[in-house]
Amino acid sequence: MMLPDKRLLLLPTLLLALLATATTAAEPRSGYEYIKQSTRDMQDDDFENPGMLALEQGRQLFNVTPAGREKSCAACHGSEGEDLDVTGIARYPVHNGNGLVTLQKQINSCRENHGDGSLPIDHPDLIALETFVRNRAAGEVINVQTDGPMAPLLEKGEQLYRLRYGLIDMSCQHCHDFYPGQRIRGQTISQGMSNGFPAYRLDIGEMTNLHQRIQQCLSLMRAEPFEAGSEEINLMGLYIMSRSNGLKIETPAVRY
Amino acid sequence: MRYCRISLLSGILLLQLALLTGSGIATAREQALPDDYCQWAVTDYAIAQPLCELAGDASRGMAIALDSGRGNCLACHQLPIPDVEAYGTIGPPLSGIGARLTKGQIRLRVVDTREINPMSIMPGFYRDPRLIHRPDKRYAGRTFLNAQQVEDVIAYLVTLK
Ligand code: HEC
Ligand code: HEC
Ligand code: HEC
Repeated sequence: MMLPDKRLLLLPTLLLALLATATTAAEPRSGYEYIKQSTRDMQDDDFENPGMLALEQGRQLFNVTPAGREKSCAACHGSEGEDLDVTGIARYPVHNGNGLVTLQKQINSCRENHGDGSLPIDHPDLIALETFVRNRAAGEVINVQTDGPMAPLLEKGEQLYRLRYGLIDMSCQHCHDFYPGQRIRGQTISQGMSNGFPAYRLDIGEMTNLHQRIQQCLSLMRAEPFEAGSEEINLMGLYIMSRSNGLKIETPAVRY
Repeated sequence: MRYCRISLLSGILLLQLALLTGSGIATAREQALPDDYCQWAVTDYAIAQPLCELAGDASRGMAIALDSGRGNCLACHQLPIPDVEAYGTIGPPLSGIGARLTKGQIRLRVVDTREINPMSIMPGFYRDPRLIHRPDKRYAGRTFLNAQQVEDVIAYLVTLK
């Protein structure tokens, strides 16, 4: 460790530069590429994929006309959601001129418009509806806007992604940009993409939306997670979705 | 030298703060240093003095290094312990570390390796808790390991020749 002072001071800068180029150059890769073959097989088989339960539940909710209301989702969008614009779905979250609209928020605003109250972000019905809707666009390429009014929001999202959190004191970038493909206690780290969400998590045995996954990684770092639906989660979610641009939607994915 | 590294670190912190205040997102909260936190000093990329002048115990240290709830070194490092397969590959294997580094150098790596590499993924196991951002309430104001546990882990690592 007898390096001359100047070289030592340069080292972090060099590392930073190297890492910066390494990360911008990385092609986005789906979490699918990092999971075990048996998990992939499970995801690919409609009868084996546990996420299909949420999808079916979403289909029912989509077609049911709530008591005292006039219209089901299907009344406007088709019983299989065939009148939904799938390339439009692949662009969520979108900017509506006033701010960010996540797919969950859009579903909630449709519910409000036809007299059905909005659901909390973590509500199983909302996760089921999102699963059904996003699955309509399965195979579509994620294409989130990155310019115009989105640019400053993405910058904030990226800052949050690069901050260190919690007692473990790491940033999201540490695992998902610097060490994808490496194992952390036997678990292979992916690039932390969002093309599979809502996804079924084998570890906890539940359908998980992107916001919950972000919270779970924050808890993993022994940090205080941002609240569901908070500005921070929305911004991080947007940034993650933009990183996933170019990947095909896989909802419902199966992940560890 | 010490001064330079501090300014680099606080430079990064300030940068983060500046970026965040600009965007109106809340950051680190005010915290006092806990009473039982022992200060440490770096010379020549090593911490020569044991934390709180404690003596470590190698066998306790090995248990801590293995324990996923405590040291969790195995999450990122391979250790020369038979029958352990679920180790991580993020950090270098620690076999032979006692021959590669001095005790004081090992201490700095475990206490707060960011003194050497500010970008390191390795947690500072005895990092100043005031520098931790948004800790879970249960861990606020605490270090990852306490001083005795750090000394135990170090006592174990020096035996890995
Ligand atoms: C009364 C008709 C109506 C009902 C009922 C309705 N929507 Fe919509 N929905 C719309 C319209 C109109 C839009 C176009 C976007 C807008 O609001 O500007 C839309 C947009 C959407 C979108 C965005 C897709 C795109 O192409 O941009 C989704 C997803 C969606 N609705 C889901 C639902 C769900 C889920 C329900 C049931 C909870 C539902 N909608 C109920 C009329 C309806
Ligand atoms: C200590 C390493 C670590 C850190 C730090 C970390 N994660 Fe993760 N993350 C994981 C692991 C392990 C998984 C599960 C395996 C995988 O898909 O990478 C995961 C999965 C994910 C996924 C799902 C990927 C998929 O394809 O299903 C997302 C999204 C994600 N993390 C986001 C984040 C965000 C946002 C942060 C910062 C708040 C973060 N992670 C910090 C380890 C980490
Ligand atoms: C999140 C991953 C991670 C964890 C957990 C971790 N380390 Fe590390 N460690 C690293 C990395 C990566 C390096 C390589 C240097 C760097 O990048 O800072 C390293 C380097 C080291 C070194 C210097 C190795 C050398 O050959 O110079 C020692 C000693 C060390 N770690 C000890 C520990 C101990 C002891 C623990 C548990 C108490 C631990 N580490 C936990 C990631 C980790």
